[in-house]
Amino acid sequence: MIAEAGLAALYLAAALALLQLAVAAIPALADKAVATARPIALAQGLLTCISFLCLLLVFIRTDLSVTLVAANSHSAKPFIYRFAGAWGNHEGSMLLWVTVLALSGALLALLSRRMPERMLSAALGAQAALALGFYAFLLIASNPFARLNPAPLEGQGLNPLLQDPGLAFHPPTLYLGYVGLSVAFSLAVGALITRDVGPALARAMRPWVLGSWIFLTLGIVAGSYWAYYELGWGGWWFWDPVENASLMPWLAATALLHSVSVLASRGGLRTWTMMLAVVAFSMSMVGTFLVRSGILTSVHAFAVDPTRGTFILALLMLYVGGALALFVWRAPTVAEGARFALVSREGALVINNLLLSVILAVVFLGTLYPLMVEAATGEKLSVGPPYFNAVAGPLGLLLLLLLVVGPLLRWRRHDAPIAGKVVPAVLAGLATLVATVILAPGISLMARLGLVAGMALIPASLMPLLGRSLRRTPLATWGMVIAHLGVAISVLGMASDAAFTRERLAAARPGERLELGPWLIDFVSVSPVAGPNWTALEARLRASKGNGTEELHPQARVFTSPLTETSEVAIATTWNGQLYTVLGRKTGDRWQLRLWWKPFVTFIWLGGVLVAFGGFIALAGRGWTNRRNRRRLEEAEL
Amino acid sequence: MTRLMAALLLALAAPAFADSNLPPSEWADRQLPDAEQEAQATALMHEIRCLVCQGQSVADSDAELAGDMRALIRQRIAAGEKPEAIRAWLVERYGDWVSFDPPVTPLTWPLWAAPVVILLAGGAIAARKFRGRK
Amino acid sequence: MRGRLLLAVPLLLLAIFAGVALWRLSSPPETVIRSRLEGRKLPGFSLPAALPARPTVTSANFGDGQPRLLNIFASWCVPCIAEAPVLLELKQRGVRIEAIAVRDRPEDVSAFLERNGDPFLGIGSDLDSRVQMTLGSSGVPESFVVDGRGIIRYQHVGPIMPQDMATIIAELEKAE
Repeated sequence: MIAEAGLAALYLAAALALLQLAVAAIPALADKAVATARPIALAQGLLTCISFLCLLLVFIRTDLSVTLVAANSHSAKPFIYRFAGAWGNHEGSMLLWVTVLALSGALLALLSRRMPERMLSAALGAQAALALGFYAFLLIASNPFARLNPAPLEGQGLNPLLQDPGLAFHPPTLYLGYVGLSVAFSLAVGALITRDVGPALARAMRPWVLGSWIFLTLGIVAGSYWAYYELGWGGWWFWDPVENASLMPWLAATALLHSVSVLASRGGLRTWTMMLAVVAFSMSMVGTFLVRSGILTSVHAFAVDPTRGTFILALLMLYVGGALALFVWRAPTVAEGARFALVSREGALVINNLLLSVILAVVFLGTLYPLMVEAATGEKLSVGPPYFNAVAGPLGLLLLLLLVVGPLLRWRRHDAPIAGKVVPAVLAGLATLVATVILAPGISLMARLGLVAGMALIPASLMPLLGRSLRRTPLATWGMVIAHLGVAISVLGMASDAAFTRERLAAARPGERLELGPWLIDFVSVSPVAGPNWTALEARLRASKGNGTEELHPQARVFTSPLTETSEVAIATTWNGQLYTVLGRKTGDRWQLRLWWKPFVTFIWLGGVLVAFGGFIALAGRGWTNRRNRRRLEEAEL
Repeated sequence: MTRLMAALLLALAAPAFADSNLPPSEWADRQLPDAEQEAQATALMHEIRCLVCQGQSVADSDAELAGDMRALIRQRIAAGEKPEAIRAWLVERYGDWVSFDPPVTPLTWPLWAAPVVILLAGGAIAARKFRGRK
Repeated sequence: MRGRLLLAVPLLLLAIFAGVALWRLSSPPETVIRSRLEGRKLPGFSLPAALPARPTVTSANFGDGQPRLLNIFASWCVPCIAEAPVLLELKQRGVRIEAIAVRDRPEDVSAFLERNGDPFLGIGSDLDSRVQMTLGSSGVPESFVVDGRGIIRYQHVGPIMPQDMATIIAELEKAE
């Protein structure tokens, strides 16, 4: 019953999306369009929520008469994985995607009281058009509620790699980011249709871009950390196609975020902002396509299906092609904003966007290049970390360099002296350079430059606060400072991991002692343990550094359903890094142990969280400021 | 009976990537005594693609063949061979696919030139914003 | 006008992307990595014998004017069982088959041969996959047709099934 209710809600929502599109498209309804579309959008959001809730219920109760549950779940699974397993598969995650899409549309309809009506109507219409395609995809090619008759006695279980808290957090966060960008896309399309590209549009778009970007940042950080501790090889980024699929929308969204601020406050960069708004959601769609179609080999591969891939490709071409064509048609008529000099805040933001766009283009090219070469010549080649690091590294460094100066420049034209404000950053950078050359001469050039840039960026990101009353500084500025500080910390983590990681492979007997960097590690014992749906051999390691001792229990685990062997990493986190331990196979009477000492590696993700937090402060600050201004206006009118 | 056999045989008509009964090679998971050589070997291992678990490097893969490749790399580095020579040897046998570092050949010039070209082109477009147009 | 042309670049990129994606969707990737040594001389190698009573295989066995089939197998490889009757059939037709047992113990090899038949002239033991890698082979079973001058003429990936026998025989005849 529940499954059928979920399916019915989905059909109803699709019908409402069609209605919403019609309301926006029919000229005769133009003046009542928003009033009519608003409740429709709200109902659509509500119905998809109901549908998703039905899916959750079916998974929680392990209703094996639903094909999806039988294929992906198991009654012995812990509750959190019965729950999160709802989106640990293609159909369920697609339903999550569509739910967020519909909810975004509903929120857009609900919260945009001060947007020009024609623009809102066109945007809601665009959002409905997007939703329609994805409803069609779900209902025709990826029905999550299909029944299985007769129902099996037990499900096939969830891939053990997914039986982790990361599954509860990473996909929903990432989808809120991906799909939140659809609103920016719809607003841009709406603005292009109504030829109303200006600061009002930017002010409407900005919270959506900021919100999506915050979630994307958190989602990518979560994904990176999850892969780091789950896959057991100590790496946090592999330039894998699926990872790149999440990075590309983030790069576009970061550029869009900076661009939309310029449009909102100065009226400039209109064309570029529209283009980025279209590109950002296009990248979300490209990412979804790459990940589900199976056209690229990946270690994070989902359930892949070329037929479904073709459907998504068709949607992609329809929406992205349509939006880009609209862009070509209407963009030349968009009025330009005020001029600005190269050395100005706008100028720095243009260079910022340029660099981010180049990185985006290069990641896109590198990811697709093997496919393009094979299509053209039949030759197979691989493009992996050596290429991406070689290219993204220097470009990233240029961006960091820009960050030292950019936030300090004035709008329009900067003709004040700036040298004084840059001195702390330069000094920090030079000091780090000298220190690393003396104390760590053997590290790679990129790692060294990363350390220098990261350290220089710490005072640089705080500079905009200099000479201001901290209490009166707008929250948006605080947000910028915190986010840029987060970037600095993250870069320091990345460089430190590249420069100072130590690895130790040992074939050890229980009772032996190992050394790694500052750690002394006692291999105490190996004993069998069991969990709800697994058994394992667990090693006990006692690691000490200075006067602290940590206990680590890496496991070699066997899950029962599906029958899979995994390695459960044990990590000891201290203030200055992580000790990462893996238990391998037994040969004779010796056990294979893989140990890493990774100084300051946690900075990578802590920095990322700080970046997202900065965004959150900026978003909250704006909301708070808007509400306060409105209240003051109302009071003044009384 | 023959139909069952035929079905079974058809299902098996692919190379096997099962595991042997022998333990991993000695140098698959043992670090070279010379730290610099080990660093060279590890760096190369991260750039050679595993033939079995194709989304990973041989450094990260648990496959047996990956372990044998790690052993091969370590032994050759210890014998004094340069990493580039070992990479070339592997590419000679498995093609450019086996190296994550794409070569610089006419086939890959667009890939390597792209960052510079796009940066310059984008810069030129952006520069128009600053100079007077029309 | 130049402005519009520039704005159309993303559309062009989309078209290229769609083209490549459609191509790949319609011709799924070949996951097997083939050896690049087809057409090249068999690399030099020598292996210890897999069984004490049987001769081993070295590169010197090849290039004596007679074409041979080099079969790479293992006792722990399940498709190799499927391949065994076909290899026996080929041997009956006069094909000279040399074998390399990858990562195998003598007792397992001899048990395998007892159960599935022994079509081989010599069997070499490749304990660390070294020769397998030297030949550009990426799994078991694989077979190489080597001609009389020691040139690798053809690689067959996977077990040789009855329907593949014709191709193998044809390649061997070409290699005379």
